Parts: sequence; C-alpha cells; structure tokens
Amino acid sequence: MSTLLIKGARVIDPANQADQLADVLVEQSRIAQVAPNLKHNADTLIDAKGLILTPGLIDMHVHLREPGDEEEETIASGSAAAVAGGFTSIVCMPNTDPAIDNEATVDFVYRQAANANLANVFPCGAITKGRQGKELAEMGQMIRGGAVAFTDDGSGIQDPSVMLRALQYASMFDTPLCQHCQDNALAGAGCMNSGYHATVLGLPGINRLAEELMLYRDIQLVKQTKARYHAQHLSTTGSVDLIRQAKKQGLHVTAEVTPHHLLLTDDACSAYDPNFKMNPPLRAKDDLAALQQAVADGTIDCLVTDHAPHLRSEKELEFLHAPFGIVALDCALGLFAKALIEPAVIDWPQLIAMLTINPARILNLNKGTLSPGADADITLIDPKANYTVDVNQFKSKSRNCPYHNWQLPARALYTIVAGNIKHKTL
Amino acid sequence: MSQKNAPAHASPTKTRSNRQRFTWRHKHLIGLQNLAADELNHILDTAEGFQGISQRSIKKAPALRGKVVVNLFFEDSTRTRNSFRLAANRLSADVLEFTSKGSSVSKGETLRDTARNLEAMGIDIIVIRHAAGGAPHLLTQCTNACVVNAGDGYHEHPTQALLDIFTIRERRPLKGLNVAIVGDIGHSRVARSNLWALHTLGANVYFVGPPTLMPSGLDKLPVNVCHNFDDIIGDMDVLNMLRVQFERIGSPVFPSVPEYSRLFGLTSKRMKRAKKDVLVMHPGPINRGLEIESEVADGPNSTILRQVANGLAVRMAVLFLVNQAAQAKTS
Repeated sequence: MSTLLIKGARVIDPANQADQLADVLVEQSRIAQVAPNLKHNADTLIDAKGLILTPGLIDMHVHLREPGDEEEETIASGSAAAVAGGFTSIVCMPNTDPAIDNEATVDFVYRQAANANLANVFPCGAITKGRQGKELAEMGQMIRGGAVAFTDDGSGIQDPSVMLRALQYASMFDTPLCQHCQDNALAGAGCMNSGYHATVLGLPGINRLAEELMLYRDIQLVKQTKARYHAQHLSTTGSVDLIRQAKKQGLHVTAEVTPHHLLLTDDACSAYDPNFKMNPPLRAKDDLAALQQAVADGTIDCLVTDHAPHLRSEKELEFLHAPFGIVALDCALGLFAKALIEPAVIDWPQLIAMLTINPARILNLNKGTLSPGADADITLIDPKANYTVDVNQFKSKSRNCPYHNWQLPARALYTIVAGNIKHKTL
Repeated sequence: MSQKNAPAHASPTKTRSNRQRFTWRHKHLIGLQNLAADELNHILDTAEGFQGISQRSIKKAPALRGKVVVNLFFEDSTRTRNSFRLAANRLSADVLEFTSKGSSVSKGETLRDTARNLEAMGIDIIVIRHAAGGAPHLLTQCTNACVVNAGDGYHEHPTQALLDIFTIRERRPLKGLNVAIVGDIGHSRVARSNLWALHTLGANVYFVGPPTLMPSGLDKLPVNVCHNFDDIIGDMDVLNMLRVQFERIGSPVFPSVPEYSRLFGLTSKRMKRAKKDVLVMHPGPINRGLEIESEVADGPNSTILRQVANGLAVRMAVLFLVNQAAQAKTS
C-alpha cells in the first residue's frame, strides 16, 4: 500500500473546523490520519513547514472549450492549468460546441478528463437544449451520467416561464440550477459597465440592472418552487443585497464571485485592452467594496475563476468586437489571497472554506474535507510565496489574462489528487 | 481673420506671438480629452496659417511631399473622407484610399493585420474611421505610422470638434461662451470631442436632448445637462445641432420625427428665443426639417458651410503636425 506523509504544515480543514499544525498521512488514495507528530515510515515524505495544507481546492466555474474550440483549451490543458493553480476539482461549463446538454457529452467530458489524469473534472450540464433557452435538456439522464449542476452560462435564461419550469423540474433532483444573470434586452450590445468610463471611451455599456433584474426575478421563482439556485459570478452591490435578503428568507440560494470583480474596476478598460473585457463586466469601486463585504459576511458562498480561454487573435480585436472572458486558473489562488487576505477581508480558514467545503456542499460532491477516509485531494500552499505572474508559464493554452507581471502573495506548491502528486512548483 | 493676401508659405504663417516656442509632440491624434489648452490653440493657430492656401490659385504646399496618407475608412463617410483627402493633397502627400464596409471581423482580416499590411507598403499617416470606439488606439499599438482619428464609435471625432471650435473662435473668444450641443449625445463622438476641448478652452457646455439619448455617468463630466431646449436657448452663444440618426427613430429612444422636431429641432419659431447673434452649427450632413429647419440652416446665423471650409484647414494642420512630431522623433 503506497503511503504519503506530509509533515509540519498548518492544516486548515474548514469542514472539520480545524486549523492546527499537524501531519497528514495518506494511504492509497485516501486520507488516513491527521494529527501532530505522526510517526510513519511512508513511501513519500513532504516537509511542509511554513506551508498551509488544505483539502484540494475546487473551482466550480471554468470553461474548458472542449468539445469545439480545442485551439483555445482542452479538457487536458485546462486540467493542467487547474492543478498548476492548486485546484484538484473543477466544474466545466456546458457552453461548448456542441453544448454539454446530453448524457453522451457528459460521458465524453469524463472520458477526456480520465485520459488527462490530472484534476477531477465535473461537467455542468445545460439547462436547455443547445442552451437555446427554450426546451429543457435531459437533466435526469445527465445526472445519471454524472452532471453535478446545470446552467446555460454564457447567457441567462431569458424567458421566465422557461426558468420557472426548469426550477420546478430540477427541484426533484436536488441538483442546483446555476444562472448567469443577465437580461439580454437590457444589456443590449454593451461591452463594459455602463457609466462614466463607458461614456468617455465611447463604448456601449451594460446596465447593472441587467444582472439585478434577472436575479430578482429568479429569487421570486425560487421562492415559489423551493428549488436550489446558484447565482454565478455576481458583480454588483444590488445583486449581493438580493442574495443577502434571499438567504434571510431561508431560500436555497447560493452565490459565487470571481477574483476579477474583487480586484479590478471598470476604469481598467481605459486603454481598450480586451483582457479587461468580461461578462459580467468590471464594475465600480462601490461594487468591489460591496462584493468584499458580501464575502466577509457569508453572503457569497464560494470563489470561482470563470476561467475563459480565448485565442490571442480574438483578444487582439477592437475592444468592442473581442470576446468576453479571461483565464485565471493558473494564478487564481494568489489573486484571491491578494483580494481578500492582504486587505484582511477574511482569514485563511474562511478563504479555504470558500474554495473547498462550500462549493462541495453546493454541488453535493464528496470532496472538500480532510476527514479520515476522504479522497486524498490536497493542496499545499505557500502563503508567503510573493511571486510574479508570468502568463507565458501558464499551463492553459490561452494567454488572455490581465494579471501578467502582477505580484501575488501566495501560490500552490503541491497539488495532490487521490494521493498522487499532480503538480509541484519548483 | 482674413488670409486672402497672405504670402505663399510652405508652412503656416505665424499669427500669434506665443507660438514661436511651442513644439508639437504628438505623432497621433486620437482624441481631445487629454490635450491642454496651449496644444489645442496650437492646432487652431496652425490651421489659421493654412487657410491662405485655399485662396491661392495654386492650392498646394510641399509640407508632406513624398509622404503617403492612407484614408482607412470602415464606416460610410463622404465629407470627412474627402476633406482629409483634399487636405493631404494640398500638402502634396500621396493618398491611398482604403474602404471596408462592416467590421474587420466580418471581413476575416483583423485591424492589426490590415495595419501591418499597410505598413509593409510604406505609409506614413493613417486616417482611420471605425465603428468601434478605441480602434484608432489599437492601431497606434500595431503600427509605426502616425494615426489620426476620423471618428471612432461614440468615442471621439477630434477634427470635427476642432473645426467647430475654429469656426467659433473666428467670431468670438471661447472663454465664458455658452455652447449647447443638441441631439443624440449618447451616440455622438462629436459631442464628446467638443465637450473636452470646449471645456479645456474655458467655454460652458450644455448637452440638450431627451434622457434616452444621454449617456450614463454625465454627472461626473464637466457638462450641464438639459432636457428642455427652450429653457436655455436664450442664454446660448452657440447652438451645435447634431444629426439625427434615422435608424434610432421609432426605436425605444424616441417616438417620432414630429415629436423630436417639436422638442429639440431648431425651428425658426424657436430661433426667436435665441440671442440675435447666436451661431448655428451642424456637423453635417443635415436632415432638413428634422433637427434643423431649412430657413435656419440657410439663414444668417448659420456657419454650416464655413465649418466645411475650415475643416480643410484644420485637417491640413493636423496632418502637418503629426508628421512633424513623427519626424522629430526619428531624427
């Protein structure tokens, strides 16, 4: 039986309210024991003094572009980027070509992920066929195939009658519906936050109400259906207020935020660099502060990258014509530390909870904990790494990232999936 | 100021005393937002010197001889394109016309690729018109040529604003002047460029139009916003009437032509409320009877044709100055 002993780390396991200096013993692919001063003649020994040891990080919002746009990213390259960034599990969005809207495509994702043999990849199925927002996709079949959630991400479901049916239908599975909240009619052809900067740059804006109105609508639908609902990549003050109120009412509503919306604001678009173009768009300073507050008070449940690879040639277009989205899997942990730990918005155990047990609970995944017997998915973090981001070192196939040359406080040194070291930062 | 008897100079005549020591440093003209008052005045002064050339029997100066100017137009335009071509010709440059309807995306070649191809042909100045705000800025990152913005999306149209201001300045000093810009402000690059330069030069700017045609965030800009034209018309020294884009009529932004004309059109009836010597401007081409009544457009207060004439001098000045800055950088 192969064994791995990790010695002397600060072990943070929010699922068990643990934060202690301890050793962790892995036997085969499972956590065997977590305790100080473990004596064991293990096959592999890692000295982890000064490091933080956590359950493997989970990112429940990434785009892997396969099938359809393999030049931008593949399930293998995206998995490599994930483990390089400390993520042992990722959830891939269904806006591929064809969309992940049936059991066969769900199977395909699992097969490609198994071939890559790096991170755990869990597919999120489409809510509607072809993500057209009209007919429900075969959610039951996809769950049988292993879909962990549903979304039409990339666009929200515009028709309230379709969303109502989707919530009613999904409520029998205990699987969350995730929504990219954006009313397309209101958002129009906008390409950045509407307001002073869009006006000065002469670019069409996206009204914040496009996000808030759909979220408000959905919360009313959730109230009636009692379904489980997850709001994706929230960006505005109004949105987090809506989630806060919904939670107070006891609804099964959860929410996520990206590092971009915690670190950047719409003034970053001033040089027309499409690496600052994303959807939802970067908002104002007040919104950033409100999102930080929502992270601190638990309104926001988890942190995600919305990793969205695009070709260089596409991101070199005019800002108006370039596609939305940026990559961040490789450096996300450092970004979250910079956004939330450095300014003391939250502490490490809170941050780790939002990257482990919280998304695991939303998705009903048996992950995100170091309890004995759990899958030995482990991330070792250097909280004082203080390193410089170099996008050319990314394992992702794409380079559309605005954080090149940023100085980040922390990074993952080891990423261990089912007891195997899948990444080691040299 | 009349330039009819000006001597034939290759470079503009010096008309203002503070100009001798000024060195123009920008090899691109993307917008007026970040230009200082002395820079704006320098362009206008330079244009003043170039006015004389149009009056001569041989309407040519050698300033850009041997240089190639590309008119790179991704949007329909007749007058701006012709004005730039004539301006370049008058400075003895060769002009390459490049037209592409629709975006570079639909055409399959990116703006970067187009720029690199043009550069390979050895061009010196690119005059670009593009439907996407920021396209000229992108061009500056992928070419060594000078870039002159001839209008990008709703961002800026610097030469239009310069010729508007040149036309005002011919008649009265800008400081303290009340200038109303009336119409579809939200989609207007002319309004934005005018706002920046007029504000820098000490004028008070009023945006007039329905709230549906106003962009967001105006409270953070140095402008007065007004939705009732009649409330302010009596205090204005200049009325700059923007062209109404027909594709917006009947869309949710405003209901009908008669309603627009009644509320925001410059009718002869409304003109009675205005100052006697108010300047009536329009960037053209005008929709007679829509944003401006014919009687007003052709009346004594109208500077519309004077704007066109001045546009030529202003564009000559801009081409001359960016080329001068580029040469200073290479030498």
